[in-house]
Amino acid sequence: MRVRERLLADPVTMAVALLLLIIVVMVIAAPLIATYDPTSGSAFARLKSPGYPGHWLGTDEVGRDLWSRMVYGGRLTLLCGVAPVAFALLVGGSLGLVAGYRGGLVNSFIMRGMDVLYAFPSILLAIAICGMLGSGVGNTILALTVTFIPPIVRISETITTQVRSFEFVEAARASGATSASIIRFHILNNVLGPILVYATSLISISIILAAGLSFLGLGVTPPDAEWGLMLNNLRQAIWVNPLVAALPGVMIFMTSMCFNLMSDGLRTAMDVRL
Amino acid sequence: MSADALLEVRNLRRTFPIRGGLLQRQVATVHAVDGISFEVKPGETLGIVGESGCGKSTTARLLIRLLEPDSGTIAFDGRTVGGAGGIPIRELRRQVQMVFQDSYSSLNPRCTVEDTIAYGPSVHGLSWEVANARAREILAKVGLDPAVFAARYPHELSGGQRQRVNIARALALEPKLLVLDEPVSALDKSVEAQVLNLLIDLKRDLALTYIFISHDLNVLQYMSDRVLVMYLGKVVEYGPVESIYADPRHPYSRALLGAMPSMDPDRRGEQATLTGDPPNPIDPPPGCRFHTRCPHAEACCAAAEPRLSADASVSGHYAACHMLVPGSGHSAAPQIAA
Amino acid sequence: MSVSGITEAATVRRAAAAISRAAAPLVRCERLTVRFVGREGTVHAVNGVDFTLEAGEVLCIVGESGAGKSVTLRAMMRLLPDHRTQIAGRITVGGKDVLALDRRALGDLRGGEVAMVFQEPMTAFDPVFTIGTQIIETVKRHDGLSERAARQRALELLEMVQIPSPARRVANYPHEMSGGMRQRAMIALALSCRPRLLLADEPTTALDATVQIQILQLLRRLQRELEMAVLFVTHDLGVAVEISDRIAVMYAGRFVETGSVRAVIRAPQHTYTQGLLASTVHGAMRGRRLEAIPGAPPNLAALPPGCAFAPRCRYVEAACATAVPPETWLDDARMARCIRVTANQSSA
Repeated sequence: MRVRERLLADPVTMAVALLLLIIVVMVIAAPLIATYDPTSGSAFARLKSPGYPGHWLGTDEVGRDLWSRMVYGGRLTLLCGVAPVAFALLVGGSLGLVAGYRGGLVNSFIMRGMDVLYAFPSILLAIAICGMLGSGVGNTILALTVTFIPPIVRISETITTQVRSFEFVEAARASGATSASIIRFHILNNVLGPILVYATSLISISIILAAGLSFLGLGVTPPDAEWGLMLNNLRQAIWVNPLVAALPGVMIFMTSMCFNLMSDGLRTAMDVRL
Repeated sequence: MSADALLEVRNLRRTFPIRGGLLQRQVATVHAVDGISFEVKPGETLGIVGESGCGKSTTARLLIRLLEPDSGTIAFDGRTVGGAGGIPIRELRRQVQMVFQDSYSSLNPRCTVEDTIAYGPSVHGLSWEVANARAREILAKVGLDPAVFAARYPHELSGGQRQRVNIARALALEPKLLVLDEPVSALDKSVEAQVLNLLIDLKRDLALTYIFISHDLNVLQYMSDRVLVMYLGKVVEYGPVESIYADPRHPYSRALLGAMPSMDPDRRGEQATLTGDPPNPIDPPPGCRFHTRCPHAEACCAAAEPRLSADASVSGHYAACHMLVPGSGHSAAPQIAA
Repeated sequence: MSVSGITEAATVRRAAAAISRAAAPLVRCERLTVRFVGREGTVHAVNGVDFTLEAGEVLCIVGESGAGKSVTLRAMMRLLPDHRTQIAGRITVGGKDVLALDRRALGDLRGGEVAMVFQEPMTAFDPVFTIGTQIIETVKRHDGLSERAARQRALELLEMVQIPSPARRVANYPHEMSGGMRQRAMIALALSCRPRLLLADEPTTALDATVQIQILQLLRRLQRELEMAVLFVTHDLGVAVEISDRIAVMYAGRFVETGSVRAVIRAPQHTYTQGLLASTVHGAMRGRRLEAIPGAPPNLAALPPGCAFAPRCRYVEAACATAVPPETWLDDARMARCIRVTANQSSA
C-alpha cells in the first residue's frame, strides 16, 4: 500500500527505525556480545568511568560491568515496553470493536467499565496492580497492559461507531454479510491504522512506566538488569560518577524518542489525505 | 394490484422515535414513511421524487430491508418478503440491490475497487478468486478498464468513476431490481450525462428494473417510465411520466414542476410557486399533509386525509387531493355524478 | 415593505451609480492568477481571469467542480490561505486595490463593501451564537451603531429576507432553523452593511427545489432594490439563467466564454459551453441518448500546454495544443477563447 512507500521515503522515520533495529539486535545478541556476567560484581572495580580496562562502559555501584548490564537490561526494558502494548492492542482493540459495533447496552457496559479504569492516573493504577500482585516482570507486564487497555478501547470504539454509520457498511449489510464478516473486512481496516499509530506512541510511555515501577521496587527486582532498575540503583552515584549514572537514563530516553518518532512518521504516512 | 408486478408495496409504514430527557423516553415520533403503496413492473424505471423529509431515502432502505417496516407488506416476484413461507431476507438481498449517492462514505477508503466489488459475492459463498474475476468482469461492463482500476483506491478516483464503482458493486450479485438513491446528484453535469447513459445501457443489456430516486425533476423525466411523488411520508401523486409532467393534478406536484429553473432567460418566474420550507416529518399536520402550504386549502383538507383517486381520462394516474374527489367537501371538487 | 435605512441608502446609491457607471466599473479584475504551492506540486487554480462588473449587474461564473470558480470568488476578498497561495494580477473594487490592502483596510472591506454568501450556511454561521448576535456584531463593527440601533437593523434585515416572525427568529441559533431559513439569514448577514458587491458561492446548491427558487427570486429582488453587483458562482446552468445578466463559463482556471445570458445560452460559441448545454438533462431529451462530454476535467497540477479543453474537444486541431487560445472578442461584451471562433464571427 501507499503507506509503506511513504514510510520508506521518510528519512527521519528510516533513520530512527535503523537505530531501533540496532538496539533490538544488540539486546537479542546479548549473550554473544556481553563481556561479563551481568549479575556478578566486584568489590574492587566499583563505579569506574568508561574506559576502565576491561569495562569499556564502566561499572556500576556493585562493580558489575555496565556494558553487559546494558545489553541484558535492554531485553527486559524492551519486553516491558512492547509486550504490554501488544497485549493491550489485542484486547483493547477487540473490546472497542465490539462496543462500537453493537452499541446500546453492550457499549454502555464496556465504556463505563473503561471509564472506571480511566479514573485512575496510569502510574497509580500500575502501582496498585503491581502492589497487589507483587513485583516481577510478568506482573509488570500485566499491570501495564491493564493500564493501556482503556485508551485503546476508546479510540477503537470511536472509530468503529463512526465507520458503522457509513454507507459502505450499509452496502455490505445489503449484500447479505454477517456482522462478523463486516467487522473483519470493513471495520478492521479502518480501525487498525489509528490504533497502530497510537500504540507505537504508547511504547515509549510503557518503557518509562516500567522503568518507574522498577525504580519504586515494584517491577524488575535485583540482581536482574533493567534500565529503570539500573537508573534507580545508580541514583546515589550521580555525585560520584555522573557519566555512569546517566547512561541507563540516556538509553531509556533514546529508545523512547525512537518509538515516538516512528509513531509520528507512521501517522504522517497514513494521513496524507486519503 | 396487478399480477405481473416485480415489486409490490402495500401500506408501508415506518416511524423513528425521538428520545429526550434524562431517562431517554420517547418525546416525539418522526413519521418517515406513513402508509405508502405502489408497484414496480419488470423492466420499467419507477422514479420517486420529493424534497427533504418526504421519506424517499427511508423507503429505499425499507425496500432492501436495511430497515424493518413497522407495518405493511412488500412482495417481490409474487412472494412476500420475510415472515413464514416468504422469501428469506438473504435471498432478497441477492435480487434487490442499492446504488448509493456518491459520497465520502459510500466506498471503504481502505479497500481497493476490486475488493469492494468482490466482497458481496464472496459473502454469498464464492471463493475470492472467482469473486475477483467477477469483479473485473463487471468493472469492464461499467466502463472502467480492470487493468487500470481494479487495484485503485477510492481517493484516486474521480466522482464519476466512484459512482461507476458503486454501480458495479450493486451489480456484482446479479440482482433483478436496482434501487438507485440519488445516483447522480453529487456529480457534475457532464459526468451525470455519462453515468445516465451507462445506467440506460446496463438496464437494457442486463434486463434490469430500476427504482430511481431523485430530487431532480429533469433527470427523472428523462429516466423514468412512471413517477411517484412523495410528500411527508405519503404518496401524493403517481402515474405515467408523460401524464404527470404534462398535467400534474396535485398542487404539490404542480409547485415542484413550477420550481424548476427554466433554461430560458426571458421566462423567469417572478412569483415562487410555494412559500415556506418543507416541514418536519415530526408530528405532521392533520388531514392532508400538504394543506399548510397549499394555495387551495380549505376546511375539509385539515379534517380528512385524501385518498389516491384515479384520473378517469388517463389510466394509471392517481393523485391524493380533495379537489379531485367528488363529494369531498372541497369547493373545487367535481359534482357527484347523478 | 419599506426597510427604511437600507433602501434610502440604496436610492442615493442608485443615483451615484448612474453617474459612476459612465466613469468606471465597480469591479475590475485583471490577469488574475492563483497558484497553490504544496508538498506534492503546484496547483494552477486560476490562470489569467479578466472581467469587469458594473454596479447593479449580476455576473454568473459557471463551471464544473475544479474549474476554479470558488477560488476566483475567494480571491476577491483575499479569503485564501496566506502561506501557500500565490496571487498575481489586479483586483479593484470600488477603486480600491484589494491585493494591496493592509490588514485593517481588508477587514473594513470584508463585510462592509464586499460581502459573501456561502454554500453551506450551517458551517458559515458560528453555532454557539444566535444569528441575531452575529448580525449585530457585524453591524457594530462596520457601521459603529449602538446595541439598540444594531438590533433594530437586524430585525429590519430579517424582515427584508422574508423570514417570518423576525422578532422570534433573531434569538434562534443556526441549528434551530431549517436550511432555507438559514440561507435567508446568511443573506441578511451579508447585506447587513449594505455591501456594493455580493459574492455568492453556490448558495442554493444544498437546498430543495422549491426553496431554491424562492432564494433565487429573493436575491434578484434584493439585488435590484439595493443596486448591488453580484458575482454568483454555480455549476447549474438553470440557476445561472434564472439569476444572471451575464455569464462567464470557466474551465481549468480560465474563462472560455463570456457574454450576456441570452447570447451565451442561445448561441454558445465554445465547444465546452455547447457540451454543457447539450448534457444538461431535461425531459425533452427523453428517448435520445445524452451527449456527454467525453473524458474528464484536467489535473490542475499538470495542465496541458495549449487549450486545456483540447483533449476532450471534438473539433480539436493541431494548433490547439501549441498555445493557449487568446480571447476572441465578438463584440463589446461577447468573448470566446477558441481558435475556431475567429472563423465564424457572424453568429454572435
